Amino acid sequence: MAKIQGAVDIDRERCKGCGLCVVACPCDVLQLQPKEVNDRGYHFAYDANPDACIGCGSCASVCPDSCFTVYRLVLKEA
Amino acid sequence: MTKEEIKKNGTVVAAKPRLITDNQMHYCPGCSHGVVHSIVAEVLDEMGLADNAIGVAPVGCAVFAYNYIDVDWIEAAHGRAPAVATAAKRLNPDRMVFTYQGDGDLSAIGTAETIHAANRGENIAIIFINNGIYGMTGGQMAPTTLEGMKTATCPYGRRVDLNGYPLKIGDLLAQLDGTCYVTRQSVHTTAATRKTKKAIRQAFENAMAGRGTSVVEVVSTCNSGWKMSPVKANEWMEEHMMAKYPLGDIKNTVK
Amino acid sequence: MSDREEEVRLMKGNEAIAHAIIRYGADGYFGYPITPQSEVLETLEEQMPWDTTGMVVLQAESELAAINMVYGGASTGKAVCTSSSSPGISLKQEGISYIAAGELPALIINVMRGGPGLGTIQPSQGDYFQTVKGGGHGDYRLIVLAPATVQEMADFVGLGFDLAFKYRTPAMILADGVVGQMMEKVQLPVQRPRRTDAQIAEQCPWAITGRAESRGHRNVETTLEMEPNKMELNNHRFQETYRRIQENEVRYEEYYTEDADYLMVAFGSVARICLKGIELLREKGIKVGLIRPITLWPFPEKIIREVGQKTKGVLTVELNAGQMVEDVRLAVECKVPVAHFGRMGGIVPNPNEIVDAFYKEFPEAK
Repeated sequence: MAKIQGAVDIDRERCKGCGLCVVACPCDVLQLQPKEVNDRGYHFAYDANPDACIGCGSCASVCPDSCFTVYRLVLKEA
Repeated sequence: MTKEEIKKNGTVVAAKPRLITDNQMHYCPGCSHGVVHSIVAEVLDEMGLADNAIGVAPVGCAVFAYNYIDVDWIEAAHGRAPAVATAAKRLNPDRMVFTYQGDGDLSAIGTAETIHAANRGENIAIIFINNGIYGMTGGQMAPTTLEGMKTATCPYGRRVDLNGYPLKIGDLLAQLDGTCYVTRQSVHTTAATRKTKKAIRQAFENAMAGRGTSVVEVVSTCNSGWKMSPVKANEWMEEHMMAKYPLGDIKNTVK
Repeated sequence: MSDREEEVRLMKGNEAIAHAIIRYGADGYFGYPITPQSEVLETLEEQMPWDTTGMVVLQAESELAAINMVYGGASTGKAVCTSSSSPGISLKQEGISYIAAGELPALIINVMRGGPGLGTIQPSQGDYFQTVKGGGHGDYRLIVLAPATVQEMADFVGLGFDLAFKYRTPAMILADGVVGQMMEKVQLPVQRPRRTDAQIAEQCPWAITGRAESRGHRNVETTLEMEPNKMELNNHRFQETYRRIQENEVRYEEYYTEDADYLMVAFGSVARICLKGIELLREKGIKVGLIRPITLWPFPEKIIREVGQKTKGVLTVELNAGQMVEDVRLAVECKVPVAHFGRMGGIVPNPNEIVDAFYKEFPEAK
C-alpha cells in the first residue's frame, strides 16, 4: 500500500476568503483565518490541519483566484 | 513528514495556470468567473494555443477578462462579441478565436449576434457564463433570471406575466444546424470543474478542426447579486438554477 | 481585360466601389442590404473575390453585426470595410465610435438617402451632421470623403483605406444616392495584393493577431479605461491625431474662384449641378465661383475663408435643410452673408433652380 501525503501553499494576498476551498476539501485541511486579514482585508484561507492533506487538488480546482499550489508525495511502504 | 519535505520530494499537482496573469481579479469573492478563467487558461496552454489565441471579451463582469488571461484579446461592445469573433476568425482562420460572455451580453443584447454566428456555424468557441443576473451593473434581472428570483429590477421576484420566462438560450442554440456542440456545465465542485474543462477543451478542438460553433454554458453563481455567501450561493444554484438549467450535453455531433 | 492593369469601364458608383475594394487588396467586407447601396454587396458576391484575392465577403444579420465585424477584423490589422445607407449608418454609430476609440483603421461607405426615419430611398445629403459632427457617442472624428463622380467613388476607396491606416482612425466615404446609382466611365485601379501576415505584424504592431508569444507580449484591443487620468490622456491622443489630420489632409476643388464676386459651396453630386448653374450665371456676366469640399472633415475652412471673405456673399447648396452651411458660416466668420438653398425628400435641384435661388438670396447681383 502506498501512502499519499499532500501539502498546499496558499497565496494569501490573492485570496479573497470566499471559503469555497474550505467546503471543497475532503479532508478538512483548510480554514479561513478567524482574525488575521491580508492587505486587502480578507480573512484568507490557510492549512489549519496540514497533516490531513492528501494533495488531491480539490481546493485548487474550485478556487476562483488561483491561490493554490498543491504538492503530492506518494510514499512507498517499506 | 514535514510540509517542507513533502514540497521538496513531491510533485506539483495544481498551481496557478501559467496563462493567468498576476493581476488581482476584480471579481467578488467566490465568483465563478475566476474558476472558468483558470480553466480557459489551462486548456489554451495544454493545447499549445497560447501563441495562437484571440479572445473576445464582453461587456459585463468579464469585461476585464483580458487583464487575467495572458493571450491576445479584443474587447467588444455589449453583446457584439460573436460578430467581432466572426470577423477575427474568418480573416485569421488558423487562429483559436473564442468569446467569453455573460448571460446579459449573450442572451439579451447580443441575442441576434449569438444566434446568427452560431447559425452560420462560425468556427469559434463561445464560453457562456449563466448566473441569471446582471452582475456588473449591480444585480438587475436578466433574460435567464429564474421565475420568482429577486433582483434589483424585479425586487419582488420575476413575474412571467410581466417579464416573460427564463430564456434557455443553450437549448435554442442547440437547435441550430451551425452548432456542433452545446453543453451545460458548472464549476461548483471538483467533479464539475473537471467536466467543464473537458467541455472547453472539446469546444476549442472543434473550433480548430472547423467543425462549427461550440457553446459551453457554465451555470454559475453571482453571490453578490444573489445576496448570499459564496457557499450558500453554490447550494442555491444546485437547488434552483440546475432545476431550470440541467447540466450535461445538450447537443454533441462530434463523436 | 485583366485586373492586373488599369481598366476603363462603364458602371454605377456603387459597383465601382465594390471593384475598387477588391482591387485595393482589402481583406474583408461585411455588409447588410439597404437601398440605394445594395449593389456594393451584390457586386462583391458576384465577383467572388475569395477565389481570387482571398478577400472575405459576408452578409451580416444586421448593420450592428456588420460594423462590429469590421471592428473585429480591423482589430486584427486587416483592411476591412462596410457600406450602408442612412438608416443603416445610424445603426452602425455604436461600432463607429468603438472603432474610433480603438484607434482602428476601417473604411465605411454611406450612400445617403432621404430621412429622417425610414424617409425615402431617393438621394439626400441629410447625414452631414451625423457624419461630420460625430454621430456616435464621445469625442471622435471621422475622415470624411465626399465623392462627386463615379471615378471618385473608386478612387476614394484606396484613399480612404490609406488615410485610415496612416492615422489609425476610421474613414467614411459620404456619397449621395445620385453618385451611388448613376453610371459613368471609370478607370479602375490596378489589382494590389492583400498584405501578408508578416507585413501586418510589421506594419501594425498593435494588431490582435493572436501571436502573443512570438511577439513577446500580448496585444489587447479595448476602448475601456476606468482610470480618469488615463482616459483623458487617451482623449488627448485622439485629438492630437485629429489635429494632424486637419493640418495635412484637407482636400477640395475650386472653380472660377480667381475673379469671383460670389461663392457657392457644395459637395457631392450637387457640386456638379452648381457648376452648371454657375456657368449659366457667368453667361449673364455674374462672376460666381465654386468650392467643392472633398474632405467634409477636415473641412476646407481656410480656403473658404480666404475666397469667401473677398466675395459679396456665399450660397451653399445641399440636399438637406442646411447642414454644411453652418461650417461655411463659421469659416467666413460671418464677414459676408451666407445663405443656404436645399431640396429634401429625395429631390435633386436642376441648375435653373440653383440660379433662381442665387438671385433670390442676392438680388443685387442681377
